Amino acid sequence: MTTHTHSVDSRTGRPLRWLRHSLILARRSLAKTSRNPGAIVNGVVTPALFLVLFLYVFGGAVAGSTDNYVQYLFPGIIVMGAGLAGLVSTGTNINIDLKNGVTDRFRSLPISRLAPLLGSVLADIVRYLIAVAILFLLGTILGFRSHGGVTTTLAAIGLAVLFGFCVSWITVLIGVMVKSAEAVLAFSFLTFLPLQLGTSLAAPTTSLPGWLQSWVHVNPVTAVMDTCRALLNGTPPGDRLTTTLIWCAAIFLLFCPMAVWTYGRRE
Amino acid sequence: MFTVSQLLTERSAVTDLGLEAHELTKRFRGNTALNGVDLAIPRGQVLGLLGPNGAGKTTLIRVLATLLRPDSGTARVAGYDVARQPGQVRRRIALSGQHTSVDEELDGRANLVMIGQLLDLTRRDATHRAEELLSRFGLTEAGNRRVATYSGGMRRRLDLAASLVGRPQVVFLDEPSVGLDPGKREELWQMIRDLSSDGVTVLLTTQYLEEADTLADAVTVIDHGRVIASGTPAQLKQQVGGHTVNVRVNDPADVDRVAAILTVVTDRTPARATRHQLTVPVSGDDDFFQIAAELRRQAVNVSELSLRLPSLDEAFHALTDASAATPTPQRP
Repeated sequence: MTTHTHSVDSRTGRPLRWLRHSLILARRSLAKTSRNPGAIVNGVVTPALFLVLFLYVFGGAVAGSTDNYVQYLFPGIIVMGAGLAGLVSTGTNINIDLKNGVTDRFRSLPISRLAPLLGSVLADIVRYLIAVAILFLLGTILGFRSHGGVTTTLAAIGLAVLFGFCVSWITVLIGVMVKSAEAVLAFSFLTFLPLQLGTSLAAPTTSLPGWLQSWVHVNPVTAVMDTCRALLNGTPPGDRLTTTLIWCAAIFLLFCPMAVWTYGRRE
Repeated sequence: MFTVSQLLTERSAVTDLGLEAHELTKRFRGNTALNGVDLAIPRGQVLGLLGPNGAGKTTLIRVLATLLRPDSGTARVAGYDVARQPGQVRRRIALSGQHTSVDEELDGRANLVMIGQLLDLTRRDATHRAEELLSRFGLTEAGNRRVATYSGGMRRRLDLAASLVGRPQVVFLDEPSVGLDPGKREELWQMIRDLSSDGVTVLLTTQYLEEADTLADAVTVIDHGRVIASGTPAQLKQQVGGHTVNVRVNDPADVDRVAAILTVVTDRTPARATRHQLTVPVSGDDDFFQIAAELRRQAVNVSELSLRLPSLDEAFHALTDASAATPTPQRP
């Protein structure tokens, strides 16, 4: 009996247990990705398709030439990839865990309820960074050149990552709320389409009809895309950066606690 | 007997209960899943929780394992209150069974190492503990294979191993042997007995009464979210039916003669179980010996003569039928 009681308390007093547990669970998610790289393929292929499609369909019409247009389009595609990273994996993975009982084991362990969710989102960021590297390679082949210098280019990517991290909590919340993984995808796409495409992604907003213009202007994704576009083209982002940061904070502060709360109480 | 950490916790040093629940209730949208459940398991014992589907077994386990908050009532597990000290409870429990699972896409070893690390073992200790458990559950060879390739029996063993990584004091097993063939079930039972002899308190839900009969120190039967009976398996059997005498003859022609003997001794009409077999309830051992003596005196050739308690199956059906006869408005 005595052998059973000193059990697992040895390191519980250490700080940042929740972060360590999140990293352990992020590694779990990444180990699965390395066995089954579908999530990365999805994260690359969809933005790459939009990139190539828009570039050759609209390029001439919007910007006069594909060379000019790729400078406009590519930063938006990077931001779209960030939003997509969480969409294709976190929400569905968390939902699958809930259904097959892995979550019950996690929830009966003495770990923070945040850890499984944060772990999954952190793994998304790693997958997204891999996707960004591939997209940059593709962009470069298609003629994109960053005019912002190394630091500014990294800042633009960092901003897209930050945004991806924050919007992931929306899919996490959907993942812990709805019944099936299919429904997660359906719901997520419903939020994805207006958020990602109702933006300045493909064309400057001035050519849009009035009602769409008002939506595009309030859409946080437009702010992120504008900021990244400015940074990567070597122009000052101005107040778009502030708007982006405020939106990121607002989305995170709203959806992260809601997701963790719902996860802890899901019956 | 007690370690320092136990003495420091006010309750566990003074109580010898591994688990106790008082008046637990839990409702889901007007559907009462638990309706005032009381339960107690002495430390190191196995309690079998029986009940028909939908009786509230899984809900009860989920409340005790801190996955659900009870609407009212209290429960202490390993000395800690499940509602007020869920973190302390989670350090001391493990959950395994039909609704719990390991990660199918990782290999067996990685699953155990991950849980060890989540329990704050160092990577080295977690790896060491994983090896120990893989070998104890006969999974060393399979340790590097994805769990998705495991057979049902292997998966169940890994699931149990995963539960034991943190050396829990209380283990919840929700229908642990569902889907196992009889040989594998026997193997699992041995593992559960080993747990109990190591001092672990086990709460086990099952639909197989034989399982409760062989494993459980005590049995609690619940139906419609309420405890309808509890006691040792022997007590439950007695509570329901008392003893019966069972006589089997070689020659069916003797059946009438035996029936007459049974009627005279017991004052009851025996039941014909088969062409060769009669059973009759008796009030005590005396009747049994009188029947034996009378059979010998009349030189009846019998192939079997036994005094037995009703099976747990019979007890269970008698109990749940009785409970079903009492209407419970909470359930549709």
